[in-house]
Amino acid sequence: MRHAIRLAATLSIAALLAACGGGTNESDEAGNSSGEGSEAAFDKDPYPSTYTPYPSGTVLLQNATVYDGIGGVFENYDVLLQGGNVAALGEDLAAGDDVEVIDASGKVVTPGIIDNHSHLGVYPSPGVSAHGDGNEVSAPVTAEVWAEHGIWPQDPGFTRALAGGVTSMQILPGSANLFGGRGVTLKNVLSRTVQGMKFPEAPYTLKMACGENPKRVYGYGRGGFPGGAPYSRMGNMAGYRTSWIQATEYKKKWDKWEADGGDMPGRDLELDTLKGVLDGDILVHMHCYRADEMAQVMDMSEEFGYKVTSFHHAVESYKIADKLAEYGACSAMWADWWGFKMEAYDGIRENIPLVHKAGACAIVHSDSDIGIQRLNQEAAKALADGRRVGIDISNADAWTWLSANPAKSLGIFDKTGSLEVGKDADVVVWSGDPFSSYSNAERVYIDGALMFDRARPDFTPVTDFELGQPGEGDVK
Amino acid sequence: MIRKLAALTASASLVALSALAQDLAIQNATLFDGETVREGATLVIRDGRVVAWNTGDSLPSGVEVIDAEGAWVTPGIFAAYSQAGIVEVGAEDSTNDTTAPASSFGASLDMADAFNPASTVIDVTRIEGVTRMAVAPSLGSSLFGGQGFIATTTGEPGSIVQERAFSFINLGEGGAGVSGGSRPAAWATLRAALGDARAFPARYIASQEGDVLRRLDAQAFARVARGDQLLMIAVSRESDIREIIALKEDNPELRVALLGAQEGWMAAEALADAGIPVIIDPYDNLPGSFSTLGSTQENASRLIAAGVETAFAYFDDSSHQPRLVLQSAGNAVGSGVDHTAALRAVTSVPARIFGVRDAGRLSAGGAGDVVIWDGDPLEVMSAPVRVFINGEEQSLESRQTKLRDRYLDIDESEKPTAYKR
Repeated sequence: MRHAIRLAATLSIAALLAACGGGTNESDEAGNSSGEGSEAAFDKDPYPSTYTPYPSGTVLLQNATVYDGIGGVFENYDVLLQGGNVAALGEDLAAGDDVEVIDASGKVVTPGIIDNHSHLGVYPSPGVSAHGDGNEVSAPVTAEVWAEHGIWPQDPGFTRALAGGVTSMQILPGSANLFGGRGVTLKNVLSRTVQGMKFPEAPYTLKMACGENPKRVYGYGRGGFPGGAPYSRMGNMAGYRTSWIQATEYKKKWDKWEADGGDMPGRDLELDTLKGVLDGDILVHMHCYRADEMAQVMDMSEEFGYKVTSFHHAVESYKIADKLAEYGACSAMWADWWGFKMEAYDGIRENIPLVHKAGACAIVHSDSDIGIQRLNQEAAKALADGRRVGIDISNADAWTWLSANPAKSLGIFDKTGSLEVGKDADVVVWSGDPFSSYSNAERVYIDGALMFDRARPDFTPVTDFELGQPGEGDVK
Repeated sequence: MIRKLAALTASASLVALSALAQDLAIQNATLFDGETVREGATLVIRDGRVVAWNTGDSLPSGVEVIDAEGAWVTPGIFAAYSQAGIVEVGAEDSTNDTTAPASSFGASLDMADAFNPASTVIDVTRIEGVTRMAVAPSLGSSLFGGQGFIATTTGEPGSIVQERAFSFINLGEGGAGVSGGSRPAAWATLRAALGDARAFPARYIASQEGDVLRRLDAQAFARVARGDQLLMIAVSRESDIREIIALKEDNPELRVALLGAQEGWMAAEALADAGIPVIIDPYDNLPGSFSTLGSTQENASRLIAAGVETAFAYFDDSSHQPRLVLQSAGNAVGSGVDHTAALRAVTSVPARIFGVRDAGRLSAGGAGDVVIWDGDPLEVMSAPVRVFINGEEQSLESRQTKLRDRYLDIDESEKPTAYKR
């Protein structure tokens, strides 16, 4: 029986890889290119991760219901965490010496949740005027800015996300700009520095934005008429294409220099990032609500030879789920947000299951310091709404929306996003069914180290900001 | 009207109900009547109202009998804070009547003037089990937001059941920002307004103007000052809450309810003593501002334990997502609130706070606002299977379900999708 489940799980991985396309392949490319000649020209990783896993013992989670995150579910199962990795999964695993055995009967063990759309740190709590570091609104093209340079690692939101079972996340710049800048992937382990949170070897990402935001901010937002470009969706497309033409020229100069030598071309911070995309080193994450705009953007990516890894918000993905599957872009979606602006007007509750059903890569994302705390519930809503219209998706398959697929979209699925032997032990122990409103993340392990324990105040982080304030160390 | 017809053809059982007498009996229910839960219960609705019935009694003739087969049956959910029906698309000002920063009027702004029962938001909200809502100005409004109302979610003309049910004001940081830049300025304005309102109309006959309120605003606010109307105050910080408690002590005739109250638990006993109810979002657990440093998901359980009348709402998007109050309530249960208390907090408690005597409960004389669920109503995976308002069965269609059905199976081999409906 279990073999059958395993087989099903394996098949679903293959299907997902095919669907997600970009994910793991691009991370491989990113890995290969870091050793190439251009590295000699300038440092492509000048703010390197200093994250190292915290000490961990060997932990045996016993008799749990285990979702492996790639479509498998196992009852009365054990998970062994050792050396920071998932060391074994199975029934009745032997507990050797010095193994902390945790009775997880009645509990559910899952991979840690990965949110591929967060602004924690760049739009931190409290949301005071001094804290608006998430969007370099000063120009429509700011590919030169990096989200990690705006992150405040003392954002209390990180601790709330941890209590919600989030072990990794992508922090993105905002969506005012056509090109908003680089995103960064973090381990959700609090640190004095941003570098101390950076997910080791995760590829960089580029935030782009479709639709209303750029034209509202730059076209209508400068007090005059017209405010500036872009003023329309036509202007949006022209803005992207102009930049991609510049990036293509820029890349040509560097490619020539790398092949032939001579005078090193002058660096352009903005074009460095766009060239990174054209080189396949940097993954494109694009805020895009409307189906017709996503279709235009997919064509544009082919015009210039890059790939959109994931559309974000993607409220209308259900209208073109077939085309998204064919192209191989993920859709990072809310369960039910809608109506707050025109391009969100056609939001439906079945968006996520419809994308999944079409064989495209579906991701549950938050874009919210509240939503990030209950992504499991957002998946649950979408799952239930899908089932009501006959889209039969198992709980185990739905978990791919929360860990595996976001990991693929961030190029880190080789390291995390599922409970497979050898992967990072980013693991959540839930008090019960994680698709229930009533369940809580009881324990959260990151790289095998216990970083959150609901029952133990000494395993509940308190940021500097909350220290000495009302509610310090309170249950959150 | 089109919606109704569609519903009638969709379900044969509805034909028996027809438009007039909506008499029905629901048997074998896990019935939450607004206060307690009973297994195997029977609920009888006649002429749109709940009638007294004992489980053993034989059923009246001529009613539709529904066997709930143990399913949860609850009063319609009461959304205690919403802008549903007064904004269609948040970012489109032309459709957004939730706030009027450029108006020279405040307390007299009547949200009922904006209410559009045909808004797509109403259907979207109703099909998730919300049958009543308190519609209020948005939190971004000025100190005096205006007059809120109570409506059903039938989506029909005339669905406002109580106009000018409460006045809404915005204290704390919100109020400070719009009334001169400080809390003292907001408080001075509020006290002066109460003076104007108490002295209405005499002061306006004598001098043509008040200290801070224009004639129409004073007239509207007079009901608050006389204790004839509920005053809903948006407030977060403990010190601001205690200031309001003191105001109430000095003016015992005021009927006050707090909205937000993120630090309410820190003044819970004082709130209970003062008899001031609160409307909170149980999920509020971040120090989003310096007014909410004490936020915790245990706010709900601590307030309820202290005896504060506590209703739940969903603040993150109160115009388009008031339906998510059920998820908030479920999370409150996950944070220590008793399940039945959480059900009360989305039904009978808000009804009591707003003085809506017949809603939020399914005891004799209560409105026939009934929801039959496919699971525990507070579980995120549950949904209504049938919704009745005043005994009349409601359509479970919305613009969203139509979009969904259009795209459930994309097939353009014969015609574009635009021809499918």
